[in-house]
Order: sequence, then structure tokens, then C-alpha cells
Amino acid sequence: MEIVHVYTKDREEFGRQCLLSDRPAELLLDVLPDQNLASNFIQRSHRDQAVQAGRQVSEHQVNTERFESDSCGINHVEGGWPKDINPLDMEQTIRFRKKAEKDESYLNSIPQLGSVAEHCGRQNNAVDIYQEPFDGWEEVEESPEPPSAKTINIFRDPNEVKRTVTGLSWHPDGGRKLAAAYSCLDFQKASRDMSLDSYIWDVENPNRPELTLKPASPLVCLDYNPKDPHTLVGGSYNGQIVYWDTRRGSQPVELSSVEHSHRDPVYKIIWLQSKTGTDAFSASTDGQVLWWDVRRLSEPTERLVLDPTREGNLDRALGAISLEFEATMPTKFMVGTEQGLVVSCNRKAKTPTEKIVCTYDGHHGPVYALQRNPFFPKNFLTVGDWTARIWSEDIKESSIMCTKYQMSYLTDACWSPVRPSVFFTLKMDGMLDVWDILFKQSDPTLSLKVCDRALYSLRVQDNGRLVACGSQQGETTLLEICSELSTLQKNEKSLLAAMFERETKREKILEARQREIRLKERSRSEQSREEEIGREDGEDDPDQLIARAERDFYNQVEAELKRREMREEEALRVSHSCSLISSHFHLRASLSGRCIHCGSPGQVHTKHAGLHLSPTHLSSSDQRMFSNIHQVSFHVL
Amino acid sequence: MLTRRIQGQKGVQGIIIVNSEGIPVKTTLDNSSTVQYAGLIHQLVMKARSTVRDIDPQNDLTFLRVRSKKNEIMIAPDKDYFLIVIQNPSD
Repeated sequence: MEIVHVYTKDREEFGRQCLLSDRPAELLLDVLPDQNLASNFIQRSHRDQAVQAGRQVSEHQVNTERFESDSCGINHVEGGWPKDINPLDMEQTIRFRKKAEKDESYLNSIPQLGSVAEHCGRQNNAVDIYQEPFDGWEEVEESPEPPSAKTINIFRDPNEVKRTVTGLSWHPDGGRKLAAAYSCLDFQKASRDMSLDSYIWDVENPNRPELTLKPASPLVCLDYNPKDPHTLVGGSYNGQIVYWDTRRGSQPVELSSVEHSHRDPVYKIIWLQSKTGTDAFSASTDGQVLWWDVRRLSEPTERLVLDPTREGNLDRALGAISLEFEATMPTKFMVGTEQGLVVSCNRKAKTPTEKIVCTYDGHHGPVYALQRNPFFPKNFLTVGDWTARIWSEDIKESSIMCTKYQMSYLTDACWSPVRPSVFFTLKMDGMLDVWDILFKQSDPTLSLKVCDRALYSLRVQDNGRLVACGSQQGETTLLEICSELSTLQKNEKSLLAAMFERETKREKILEARQREIRLKERSRSEQSREEEIGREDGEDDPDQLIARAERDFYNQVEAELKRREMREEEALRVSHSCSLISSHFHLRASLSGRCIHCGSPGQVHTKHAGLHLSPTHLSSSDQRMFSNIHQVSFHVL
Repeated sequence: MLTRRIQGQKGVQGIIIVNSEGIPVKTTLDNSSTVQYAGLIHQLVMKARSTVRDIDPQNDLTFLRVRSKKNEIMIAPDKDYFLIVIQNPSD
């Protein structure tokens, strides 16, 4: 429908001014809604829409993919050559170079640059830029800061099910790698999906282990070969010994045969000093210490049963929990047992009975760690139950030094390889204690809380600054100890030697005294036994026996009577003297209250005292008393 | 000529002249070291120059010295070329 507006104007009205007037609205067109058209459309359902003037924001977390970076070198290749020149072709490059030299800008700029460079070069020659100006001065002693340690890295077990770090070993060459053995030592707590792997970590990279070791059964302990840093030997939970070569990958190179291995988890394995560098020995709670040659792990080369009675009886053997071997004393070694004894053994003994030299009875519980002091091999440290003890080889009765009983169980310890007076201990509440016995003996010098769970294994790196400790949740924490605790102080060795001497002497004296006392006791008991023996000699004649018995009897009766008389006399004298002091009224009163029987003048029988008096025994004062009593008695009666 | 004069100084280990494209035009060291120095130092000079320019646009890099434990590398940059001198410390 077309709406048309027509405007008309008379010709004569052109040019006239406009006169506007108001006019009410006029409806031109009204189009009513056509309901039929509505069927072409669908009505939309209502929707609640909130309207807000504020800017809409939403929270969103993004975790980027871990960017794994790897360091490697780049080989620079020559570049920048123009397209037509082949950089490998010597002729072309030489020609190009020659052409470049003829270039004008080259000729202009090079002399300038040359003079500047020459100037600086001459400057260098004039002054020695690498000279140490304060060389001859003495080192100023810094004020001692409190000892501290810093956590550098934490290596976490990448598996879901966390296992305890039961063994640690540093790479022998500089200690940039750390091997950690993971296993679950709780009885029957190992679940089926627990991984069997152990890892070698690179100290710089805590995100990913450098190498995975895949044994057949979880490893309880492992050790790097100090002579060949690529090889490792480990003891596993099922008693087998496993040998790896890191150049050959994750699978073990060789396994010991099950029949000849240990029957219990191998708790400690250490490499030995030998010409071939392939000997190791291991200890386990089944009571055996086995020697192995890693080239042939099918059978141990030697076996020792830890029987304290030296008979080689496996039933009576002590279970071994820790081993100790010092490279400077290759024929001796020590074993710490579950029963708290430390057994010192000689490897080169001819007969098995001589192998076990002596035992030290130390702890109430298993000896978890055992190590000789690297500077004073005669003294060694043991840790077990709630104390750490230092022993001297000569004193077998007791330790020369002992820490006081700690709040929680001690699980591992080791000496610092650079400072002879410093050692580290780990506790079950997650604390690492650093003890400096020259500084303070009663308490640790530094006590750190490493983690909330128990700590199980500890290893100090050879430079003495880095300490790795492994926890129950599979975390290995790497700590750096402050420099005071890891650098040798002056006179330290001599002071410590003097301290050990002093303590050893003290123990020796105590031991000697104990022995003396014991001897005296023994001799006394022996003497009494001899007398009895002597008396029992004349038993042949029964008559004599009877006569002797009679004699003994009468003697005893007489002695008893005499004793009783003495006692009565004493008692009477005491009571009489008392009444004399106070007054004889008291006695009278007491006597009047009783029935007094006055027999013959020489006898007064007072019932209440039960005394039998005779005038010969009485003193003069008593006799006077006596007469008084007479009077009283008559009075009453 | 000039290189000989500089090289005659005490302690100088080597000289390299590199053009703006990174090609070593003249050198007294062996090829592999030259290539390595040229490539690495080129980047360093570019970075240093841009740093100086960013701080003050009127400024420009005139000389760059890198002193290390074992020796000193002196770099003289220019519009098209730069001259690298490696010198040992005087003992």
C-alpha cells in the first residue's frame, strides 16, 4: 500500500512568508496486526538474563607444560656468505676476502679501529689487570655466625605410591650424581602396584631422575664403586645382590643366584679395596656376611656366620643391620646387629672362630648406623635406640662418649669427611642434627627440621658441604651446610685426639675399678664357701655329730638367755631412771593400778611388767625404791 | 701492516676482522676458533650496541672489553666492520 503525500501551492502564493499553524494529529494509516502472519514465527521461551554494570571476570588456572630444557653445546657454522659463494670452497672464500679488503670503507675504518684497540692493548700491558692487591695481608677472622644449613633441592619419588628412601650413595667423582634406593621396609605393607625402581639423580635437575634402575625386587641399599664410577652394586629386599653398569642402561648386568644369597633383605653392601676393584661384601638380618666378586655373582666367595659363640651356628646368629669398612684398614670390619651388639671381625683370620674378634655391647635396640671416624679410625660412632655413642676400639665394656637420650628414635648417622669432630644424625621426627663435639657435647650444634615424616638415610658428600637425607615419603633433601661446619678448623685434630684420649682413659679407669670390685666380691663369696666346705668335712661320725649338735644347742640357749637378761636389766634401768627423774609418784600410781603381789621381801612380782627381779641385781637406789614399793603395796592391800 | 703492529704487542694472542655479515675477513687464528669468535661476538656487539642506544638514543658503542680469567677480548665496532683483539694479561 502506498502512502502518498501531495503538497499543492498556488503560483501566486510563491514567495509569500510561511505562516505555520498548529493542527491536531491526523491518523493517516492504521495497519492492524494480521494474526495469520504470526504462524510464520515461533515464539521463543523466556529466559532470565542478569544484567550488571560491572566487568565480567572469571578465574581460571593454567598450569603450563613443564618445559624440559637440556644443556648442550652448539657447533657454530660459518654463515653470512653471499649466495654465490660456497663457504667450503677455499678459493672462492679467499677471493671474496681479498675483494673485501680492497673495499673503501674497509680501508677507512680499520685504521681508526686499530688505533683504539692498540691504545687499550697498551693500557693492559701497562697495568697488570690480574694482580692481587691484597695478597700479602692476613685473612681477617670473621665473627662467627650461627651455624646454618640451606636446602638446595628436593628430589621426589615420581611414582604414585611413595616408598622410603632406604639407601643413598654419592657418585665418587665430585658428587654430582646421587643414587637412591627405594623400598618399603614395613612388614608386608608393600602393595602390588608399588614400583620396584630406584633412581640416580643429577644434583642440578630435581625434576627428572637421570637414570632409572630396574631390579627384580626393590633395593634396600646401594653403593657406587669408588674405583669405577660407572658401576653400582645394590642389595635387594629378597636377599639378592644386583650389579649395574650405568653405561649399559637400566637393567642389571648381573644378579646373584637366589639359593646362595641372603634369606632376608640385604641391609648393607659395601665395596672393598682389592686389586681387581670388583669385590664387595654384604650383610643381612639372616645372620650372614657374604663376600662377592661381581664378575661372578652366582656364588659368594666367602661366608661368615655372626654367631657370638663362634660356632658358626645359623640359629644362634645375630641379625646384621649395618656394616662398616674403612679403606685404610682393609682386614678389619665391623658389623652392627639387630640385638644391639657391635661385632668386630678380622677378615684374614684362618679359622672361622677367630674371625669374630670381639663384641661391644652397646644399644638397647638395633644398631642402625656404624662408622669409623675418618681421621681417627680407632674411634667409631654407633647409633641405635635413642642415643648416639662414640666408642674406642680398646674399651669393650662401654662407649667412651654418649649423647643423652633423645626425644625420638635415631635412624642414621655419619661423620663429616672434612671435620673430625662433626657428625650428623637423623631422627624419626624428621630432624637432622649436626653435632660438633668440640663445641658442645650435650646438645647438637644445629638442629634442622627437614620434613614432617621420619628420615631414614643419610649421606655426606666427600667435600663435606652437601648432605643428602632420605625420608619415608620418598623425598631426598639436599642440604648445604654452612662453611664453619664444613671447613677444618685449626688445631681441630689435636684437640679431638686429646678429647678421645681423655675419655678413653676415663673409661679404662672405670673399667678397672669395676673389675676390682667384682674380684673382691668374688673372693669374698669364695671364702664363705670355703668355710662351709671346711665345716662339712667331719661328717663321718654320727656321735660326734650329735655331740656337736647338743653343744651348739646349749650354747645358743645360754646366749639367748643371757641376752634376754641383759635386755631386761637395761629396760628396768631405763624405766627406773625415768621415774626417778620425774618422781616416784608415777611409778606408785602405775603400780597401785595393778595388782601387786608381794611375795617374799626379795621378790616383787609386778604383773604388768612381767619382770622377775632378784635383789642382787638391784642397785641401792632401787632398794630404796623397793622399800617404797613395799609401803605402797601394804597400803593398797 | 696494521694487524702486524697490533700483533707485535705483548700478550696479543690473535686478531680477527669481521664484516657486518659476520664473515671473518682477516684473521690470525685458526679457522674453527675464528668462526666461533666471529659468530658469538657479533651477537654480543649487537646486543651491547642496542643496550647503549636504548638507554640514550644519542649514544653509541665505541669499544667493548670482555675480561675473563684467562684473557681479555677487546672489540672495536664500526659501521660495517669490527676488529677483535684477544690479549693475554701481562704477568
